[in-house]
This record gives sequence, C-alpha cells and structure tokens, in this order.
Amino acid sequence: MSRYLHLLLIQLRTSLSLAMQYRADFLIEGVISVFWTVTALVPILVVYGERSSVAGWSFGEALLVIGWFTALQGVLEGAINPSLATVVEQIRQGTLDFTLLKPADAQFLVSTARFLPWRATNLLSAAAIFVYAFTTLGHAPAPLHIATAALLFVNAVVLLYAMWIVTVSAAFYVVRVDNLSYLFAAIFDAARWPSSVFRGALRFVFTFVIPLTLMTTLPAEGLLGRVTATSVVTALMFGALAFTLARRVWLQSIGRYTSASS
Amino acid sequence: MSLRAGVRAFPTLLRVGFAEAVAYRAELLIWVLTSTMPLIMLALWSTVAAEAPVGRYGETEFTAYFLAAFVVRQLSASWTCWEINFEVRMGRLSMRLLRPVHPMFAYAAESIAALPLRLAISIPVALWALASVGPDQFPHDLSRWLIFIVAIAGAWALTFLINIAVGALSLFMESSVKVMDVYLAAYFVFSGYVVPVDLFPPWLRAVTDALPFRYQLAFPVEVLCGNYEIGGALQLLLRQWLFVLGLGLVTALVWRRGIARFEAYGG
Repeated sequence: MSRYLHLLLIQLRTSLSLAMQYRADFLIEGVISVFWTVTALVPILVVYGERSSVAGWSFGEALLVIGWFTALQGVLEGAINPSLATVVEQIRQGTLDFTLLKPADAQFLVSTARFLPWRATNLLSAAAIFVYAFTTLGHAPAPLHIATAALLFVNAVVLLYAMWIVTVSAAFYVVRVDNLSYLFAAIFDAARWPSSVFRGALRFVFTFVIPLTLMTTLPAEGLLGRVTATSVVTALMFGALAFTLARRVWLQSIGRYTSASS
Repeated sequence: MSLRAGVRAFPTLLRVGFAEAVAYRAELLIWVLTSTMPLIMLALWSTVAAEAPVGRYGETEFTAYFLAAFVVRQLSASWTCWEINFEVRMGRLSMRLLRPVHPMFAYAAESIAALPLRLAISIPVALWALASVGPDQFPHDLSRWLIFIVAIAGAWALTFLINIAVGALSLFMESSVKVMDVYLAAYFVFSGYVVPVDLFPPWLRAVTDALPFRYQLAFPVEVLCGNYEIGGALQLLLRQWLFVLGLGLVTALVWRRGIARFEAYGG
C-alpha cells in the first residue's frame, strides 16, 4: 500500500514538473475555465429569469448543482481524462507493453499516468459558484452537511472513474475510442441540471444507466441537508459496486490485449 | 492551384470523402451522438414550459425548435479545425500542399461529403419532430424552404470558414484547439443552441445580434419554425451572407500568412 502511495507521489511530481514548464498555461486555463463557467451560467440565468423555481429547485439551489458539476468537470479533465487518453493511445500503438512489464498494477499505473494540475482552476470556479449560491440562499451550510456533501462528491469521483475505466476497456476491443471521450463529455453535460428536471426515459437513464443524479444532484442535496442516511449509504454502495465491476471489466479486457504492431 | 482545377476535381473529392465517411460510419455516429445537447435542453425547457409557456414558446414550440436545432447542427457541421491542427503537428499538411488542388477545396469536399450520412442519421429525429409537433409548425410554402436551404448553406459556410481560420492559427502557435474550445463555448450560448435567442434578456440579445454565431444555427432554425415574415428572413439572409463574405476574406488572409510560415516537421 505504501509502495503505491509512493508511486502516486512520483507520478504526481512528474506531472507537476511537466506542467511547470508551461506556466503560462495556468493563466490560459484559468481564463478558459472562467469563460466556460460564465457561459455555462447563461442558460440557468435565462431559465430563472423566467421562473423562480424549476422542478422544485430555486436559483440558489440549482447553482449548487452547477458548482458540483464544475468541480467534477475539473477532476474529470485534470485527473481522469489525460491518463486515460494516454492509455488509449498506448493500446493503439502497442506501447502499453512497457506499462504492463512494470512490476506494479497496470490499472493503477495507467490511471495515474498523467495529471493536468492547471485544471484545478475549475475547483476555484466551483468555489466561487458555491459562495455565490449560498449568498443567494441567504444562509451558510452546516458543517455536517458540508461533510456529507464532500463524502458524496468523493463517491461521485469514484463513479466517474469507474465509468471511465469501462470506456477505456472498450479500447481493447474497438481500438478507436478517443471520440468516446467527447461523447462522454456531451452526456456528462446533462449533469449540470438538477436531475428532477428530467422526466420519463431520460430520468431513468440518468439515474440507473449513467448515474448523473448521484454525481451532482445528490452532493448538492447534501449541502442543503436534504439527503437521508439511507440514500447516502445506497449511493456509497452503488459507488463501491461500480468500482468493483469496473475492475473486473478491466481485468477481462486486458486479457485481450495483443500488443498492436510494435 | 487554380480555381478551375479545384472545381474540376471537386466531384471526385466528394466521392472520396463520401467513401471515407461510409468507411468510418461508426465513428460518425458517435460524433452525431456528441451533439445531443439540444435534446437535453429540450427536456429541460419542456419541464419549464409544462407549468406555463415561456415568452411565445410552449412545449410544442420548444420541441420544434430544439429538434430543428439538432438537425441544423448536423447539416452545418465541420471539424476541419481539429484536422488542420493534427496535420500541421504531424507535418502531413505538406502532402496537401503538394497536390494541384487548393487544400481549402479538399477540406470543403471532405466536410460536405459527410453530410448525406449525417442527414440520414438526422431523419429519425426529423420524423420524431414531425410526429410530435405536427406538420403545422413547419413552413408550407416553397419560398421559405428555399430561404431555409440557402440559410443552411450559409450556416455551413460560416462554420467551415471559422474552422479553417482557427485551424490556420495553428500555423502561428503550437495548437489552436484551445482557441476553438473558447469559440465553441461562445457558440453554444450565442447561437441559440441551448436557449432560443429571443428568450435572451434585451442586453444579451443586442450582443447576439452583433455576432455571427446566430447565423450558424438560430437563423435557419427560426426560418424552419416559421418565426419570420419573408421580408425579414431575406434581410437576415443578406446579413448572414455578408458575414460569410467578410469571414471568407479574413480566413483567406490568415491562411495565406500562415502557410508562408509553415515548415513541415516529419511529413
């Protein structure tokens, strides 16, 4: 265990020193993050310009969902996407061999291969949105609620990671999955809205197939102190289940790896 | 690299492009699925409109609008910016420059050749639109359909030219994909992709009117939804094509300057 922690630190340090070479990127990423956040707020501003409440969510409450969405997007683009984009490329070129030969768990190695620390700017944007949201709501969140929300957010990251591992595993079968990441981003975009705005088939999909509800709506409800202990436990169990399943799928798929051409 | 050579080669380029699109049809399907945002916005706005109509948009109007937006986005799609970035980085652009046809023709042909397949994928959505809102929502006279077709061509031309212009920026900097990301963020808002532009508050509306984005999407969509009188539509059509002309000149300039700096790495 401590060996893997050590490895993680090494991988992080490499990514960080790589990122430090492009310090100007921090500014560019920051500007882009702010720009994206502001444009992402336009639809919600227009919607709530018309109504004071949509599907049971007030403006301030819906902002909390956007806040978690922004934070999760930062994690996705900064910590999950880059590593997994690397492994997809390695599968295609056959250079995954070098990773598999190393005396450590392959899933661990590919998942920590690359971080984009500058994407942490998204977390700053998210923090700004939270402050704005609670100013609008007119009260501060209780410490217990913050803790619950944080726990649910970690769970959301686990879920996201599990889904990504499954997507990457598909690369062993169909090779070209780099556009799947765009598809994923497009679907993930729906997580910007409280899940109760979706009805019918979409609601089913976003709850059970692609659990966007658990990713952003539930942490937001956590911050508002609206979740029950049962739903927290259920969410955590769901996260654990997804993680285990993803691990199995990964192990299955890597058995199919035939080292492309190298 | 004369214009005539380009025009003469164009049908062949189209055939090649179409064959490529068919060969990578699974990939194309995934690309189509990535632009499902109008469907999500449709779900959202339907929920909002279920309580009471927003402006002049009730549930039916929203359905017509966003399904039309989905189809228009498909028909005006271009991804040349990413292609140029890739080719510049890999040095493959030199291959294109060696050919006796201007690369702009080749890119345009590749882009247009994928449209029939995209159209085929859009047909179920178009039928869904027809079935759920009824044919009354869509124009019945030929002139509107003609305006719509010219407006779609204009929308495609704008998208394509912007792709070339931003793509050509990669000849000046390491990668211009980030520029495109910023552009896309603005496009999503100002083109009416997530919110119909007539629902914007007045100040935002004023900003939108001054920018080219709405001519890339909202304008053809609104023509299709019958939002304009013929006169008003023609006026907007003129403005759209003025944008196309202006952008065409800028793009040609950026491309020419950029190519002069191009040094093929690798190749």
